[in-house]
Amino acid sequence: MITNVNVPPMITEKKLVELFHQMWLIRFFDEKVDEFFAKGLIHGTTHLCVGQEASASGAIAVLEERDKITSTHRGHGHCIAKGAETNRMMAELFGRVTGYCRGKGGSMHIADVEKGNLGANGIVGGGIPIAVGSALTSQMKKLGYVTLCFFGDGASNEGSFHEAINMAAIWNLPVVFICENNQYGMSGPVKEMVKVANIADRAAAYGIPGQVVDGNDIFAMMNVTHEAVERARRGEGPTLVEAKTYRWKGHSKSDAKKYRTREEEMDWRSNRDPIERMKRVLISEGMLSEQEAERLEAEAKKEIEDAVKFAEESPMPPIEILEEDVYA
Amino acid sequence: MSTQRELTYLEAVRECMSQEMRVNEDVFIMGEDIGLYGGAFGVTRGMIEEFGNERVRNTPISEAAIAGAAVGAAMTGMRPIVELQFSDFITIATDQIVNQAAKNRYMFGGKGKVPLVLRTPSGSGTGAAAQHSQSLEAWMAHIPGLKVIQPSTGYDAKGLLKAAIDDDNPVIFYEHKLLYRTKGYVPEEPYSLPIGKADIKRQGTDVTIVATAIMVHKALQAAVELEKEGISVEIIDPRTLVPLDIETIIESVKKTGRVVVVHEAVKRGGFGGEIASLIAESEAFDYLDAPIKRLGGKSVPIPYNPVLEKAAIPQERDIIQAVKETVFRR
Repeated sequence: MITNVNVPPMITEKKLVELFHQMWLIRFFDEKVDEFFAKGLIHGTTHLCVGQEASASGAIAVLEERDKITSTHRGHGHCIAKGAETNRMMAELFGRVTGYCRGKGGSMHIADVEKGNLGANGIVGGGIPIAVGSALTSQMKKLGYVTLCFFGDGASNEGSFHEAINMAAIWNLPVVFICENNQYGMSGPVKEMVKVANIADRAAAYGIPGQVVDGNDIFAMMNVTHEAVERARRGEGPTLVEAKTYRWKGHSKSDAKKYRTREEEMDWRSNRDPIERMKRVLISEGMLSEQEAERLEAEAKKEIEDAVKFAEESPMPPIEILEEDVYA
Repeated sequence: MSTQRELTYLEAVRECMSQEMRVNEDVFIMGEDIGLYGGAFGVTRGMIEEFGNERVRNTPISEAAIAGAAVGAAMTGMRPIVELQFSDFITIATDQIVNQAAKNRYMFGGKGKVPLVLRTPSGSGTGAAAQHSQSLEAWMAHIPGLKVIQPSTGYDAKGLLKAAIDDDNPVIFYEHKLLYRTKGYVPEEPYSLPIGKADIKRQGTDVTIVATAIMVHKALQAAVELEKEGISVEIIDPRTLVPLDIETIIESVKKTGRVVVVHEAVKRGGFGGEIASLIAESEAFDYLDAPIKRLGGKSVPIPYNPVLEKAAIPQERDIIQAVKETVFRR
């Protein structure tokens, strides 16, 4: 029984411990990707969400199995939180046939439709109208599911953002827009690219609620998302949630991070680490001991190491599949 | 055999949508002004009365959101038909069509499907000038993952639209706006025409004309004139550009030994180049008695002035001349 921590009703103590473990999975997954990328064993490009674990885990924690998400090019955390297997994810990044997309999609295109993950997206803002369409299906077929739509601060300056939110608003669609404001759209600081103080302020332009939340506080993420999801489920339409967070790594592989200071980075890493913050709460509330916390961290690390092993041992895709699946 | 009931092209498209919506709850239409207004060209007139505003869904003027919402709805179990008011506006919806609809099945490793139809009026002839008169089908035909249909008659439009709605892939369905009022035999009962099967619109022996959309009609008129001069013209309408029934074209060229390819879209980079190349790469090359000739729009934006507008795209006399140049070569 949870007493001192304010969490949505479906979040049990067991679930909190699982979420703590899940955040470590996300962190280790992306740190491992970073390492193998540097070694040249993962090719293409990757966009890591280290430091943003709480917004993915917290928002998705309040969903039901039937609910759906759309993700972004910085989407490994969303995938893991929606139940993707780390083995198949890592195999995809290694370009192996055992990966989620048989090696055809890579980091930016992981989808797990059966689990309600409608896919990551390599186009900034590209998934926002798709989430609206998914919500439209739910409304038209009376399926009762809600779609969580993740995107970044950069996407909030795309036309697709404005068009899609307006459409969802006028039709009262069951969709929750979650802007993970990690402060930079590639190298563009949000302060230079957006005139309003908060991206959530833009909700007023569409006649829907806008909520700013500390994206590094998993409890706040759960509560705000839960409220928005419930609202959507009641048929009251969309909400725009802005999670203020920070990506510890650069935009992608080529990023020298000239646009920000080492001090700024260290501040977020040392003082606002979402995993550390959750750990402190769980320990102080007696839900977790230091030893258990260490064990969960070690377990997550092991799972990701196993995922790398699985990926490395998996076969490359046969050339015959090149022309498969262009059409259904 | 049905009675020889005549419908306009526009009515044929509407009848197909209505029939499909009656039998399949998953089919719905959305687009700008398609409700009470009945669409920019009146194709959906009366449909909101029968199906209501949930299934005949008026949208804001937001092409990217319309196309994207159709992708999301299609991925999650609906079969949306989007009416894009003018095919020129495909430029605004291009990310959702090209990067999302066309790609997502492949890049997700064969998971899921995107059964959506995007219907859109294309072509010049209404004096609407450069931003409302283009023929951009070659753009879409270039993209793996899309199917592209260009029916020239109401009969073909009704049968191919049903096939498009039943197809599990994204289909771009180009309707030439000057064909909307043309009349012809259209059966009342629902029927499906195969996507990827060309139609021989006229049998002939001296020269093959491969023509699309409104050019089929111009070629048919040209053929009547040419027949008076003793030239027998065969006209092939591919009907679907992707997939393309190149076999029917090759067979015809092998028979006639001469070919003129004609479309309204700008000749440079146009689909006619693709057809000409496929003929040249095929065994029909050995049967050619003259070089393959291409006719297409001039490399200009469609102008407003009616004389200039007509001059920008191939006309009947251009087709006649091209055929003669081909037939009387050497």
